[in-house]
Amino acid sequence: MPYEPPAVDDVLAAVTARFGPLESAVFRGQTSVVVPAAQSFEVLEHLKEQGFDLLVDVTCVDYLEYRGAKQRYGLVYLLASTTTNQRLTIRVFVDDPVSADEKWPTVRSVEPLWRAADWLEREVWDLFGIQFAGHPDLRRLVMPEEFTAHPLRKDYPLQGRGERHNFPVITRDHS
Amino acid sequence: MSIAPAPRSFRSDAAADTAAERSEDYLWTLNFGPQHPATHTTLRLVLKLDGERVVDAMPEMGYLHSGFEKLGEHLTFNQYVTVTDRMNYISPMANNVAWHHAVEKLLGIELTPRCRSIRTIIAELARISDHLLSNGAVGLDTGAFTFFLYAFYQREVIYDIFETLCGARFTNSWTRVGGVSQDFTPLVIEKIRTFVKTFPKTLEDMERLLTRNRIFVDRTKGVGVLSKEQAINSGASGPVARASGVTRDLRKDEPYLAYEDFDFQICCASAGDCYARYLVRMAEMRESLKIVAQALENIPAGPVNVGIDQRTALPTKQQVYSTIEGTISHFELSMSNRGFEVPSGESYGATEAPNGELGFYLVGDGGESAYRARCRPPSVLHFALFPQLIRGHTLSDVVAVLGSLNIIAAELDR
Repeated sequence: MPYEPPAVDDVLAAVTARFGPLESAVFRGQTSVVVPAAQSFEVLEHLKEQGFDLLVDVTCVDYLEYRGAKQRYGLVYLLASTTTNQRLTIRVFVDDPVSADEKWPTVRSVEPLWRAADWLEREVWDLFGIQFAGHPDLRRLVMPEEFTAHPLRKDYPLQGRGERHNFPVITRDHS
Repeated sequence: MSIAPAPRSFRSDAAADTAAERSEDYLWTLNFGPQHPATHTTLRLVLKLDGERVVDAMPEMGYLHSGFEKLGEHLTFNQYVTVTDRMNYISPMANNVAWHHAVEKLLGIELTPRCRSIRTIIAELARISDHLLSNGAVGLDTGAFTFFLYAFYQREVIYDIFETLCGARFTNSWTRVGGVSQDFTPLVIEKIRTFVKTFPKTLEDMERLLTRNRIFVDRTKGVGVLSKEQAINSGASGPVARASGVTRDLRKDEPYLAYEDFDFQICCASAGDCYARYLVRMAEMRESLKIVAQALENIPAGPVNVGIDQRTALPTKQQVYSTIEGTISHFELSMSNRGFEVPSGESYGATEAPNGELGFYLVGDGGESAYRARCRPPSVLHFALFPQLIRGHTLSDVVAVLGSLNIIAAELDR
């Protein structure tokens, strides 16, 4: 028998009572809730108080080529509870900013709630180019500092844009 | 005549010469890695030292980044298993099992009882080999070379079992969607049975060598203490979290494969230091051996791969040559865009890998490869813990803490 995770109905009821109706879906026994970007921090803070003490993962999906997708980026917060074994997925959808003075889509950082978010959000910034407002140290994590692109975006080609071939060669004379 | 006082600061910029900076003048910076024998792999630490004491550390990663997640969007579900071998390469079998566990969850495939059972055995052998290496490396880094050789000899025995099973010692790529590439043969079962008989004696020898060794205990006890609250808040998992008193183990909490059929304990400690992590790993090897011993004598009969009707695993050659369903299934699985039915959905499948919770967040879009294949690596969250574990300890403790966290750069950077 495949394992059935504990229900999260009571948590969902508490969240909707406080933040209004939210879109939720169940797939393969996992409940995911879509939260507006403006409320994401408050909802996650509330869920942490409700007992979701473990932030399993923060990641992102670029829906550029996905059929029927309305917004481009979908952040994924995987939450779990170490006491009740409940799991909940929070989805936050953001788009590229329309105004010229903003360069990157921005979401509020959850690093103040979970220290686990520190490096996970840095990785999302590095690979997807999503800014986390309030993050104490938002630097690139896996790519080199001087890298300019965000390689897990769908418009970035698999073999790169020639960064490796054009990488500056440091000779002994110029070092 | 008085002697002129030594200059307080070598900098000419007097405005920057604040009290805080002046007090840090005597600190010096040490670059540890990215290529250093005690980091075992390519990771870098910038340590701020006060004499021998570590004031602060800045871990840096990315030296082995190879874009595994980007590759996952271009390789099919069966091809990508070769990439998972190269993630945590000290227990590749556990990664194979984790990857296909997540894929089968997305595709909604239910495995045969035989497959669940033999995957459990192999995953536990992988756990033993992983713990042997990580504990062996802690021993090696703190000066216990003999212990490391004992551990590595047993790893060789497990490699030999894997080689008999699937032909590869190191990069196994053994699992397939809906099954495995090779079923257990009587020779494999015989070799595992011998291992189950002989390994407890080595484990006892290892414990006698190190567990009460004065030098080892002095170097690891009270070093790198992680409290339970910190462990949960920082997302630690696996032996690192369990050594701090977190009783979370996905094998018990979210039983997958055949784990709920077997009798085993979760090994925990409350101290949260390097010594506790060592003890948890030692105890987990015994529990894994218990699972292997129980599972090995009760492997269900029947087919190992899912049936032809599900059209996910390749049929056997006999089915291909003697039945029309087998021929059609083999033909369709070999063609592009005719194989699996992938739903447009997203799921997260996690397993308890030797290092912690190893999960894959998969997005399917109907195509034959994943739209997004996110790997949740336990090493990243453990490496982020490093500065808070090492502050206040000495430089020689760096290798003890690093070894006890068991950070594998290939999994860290992906």
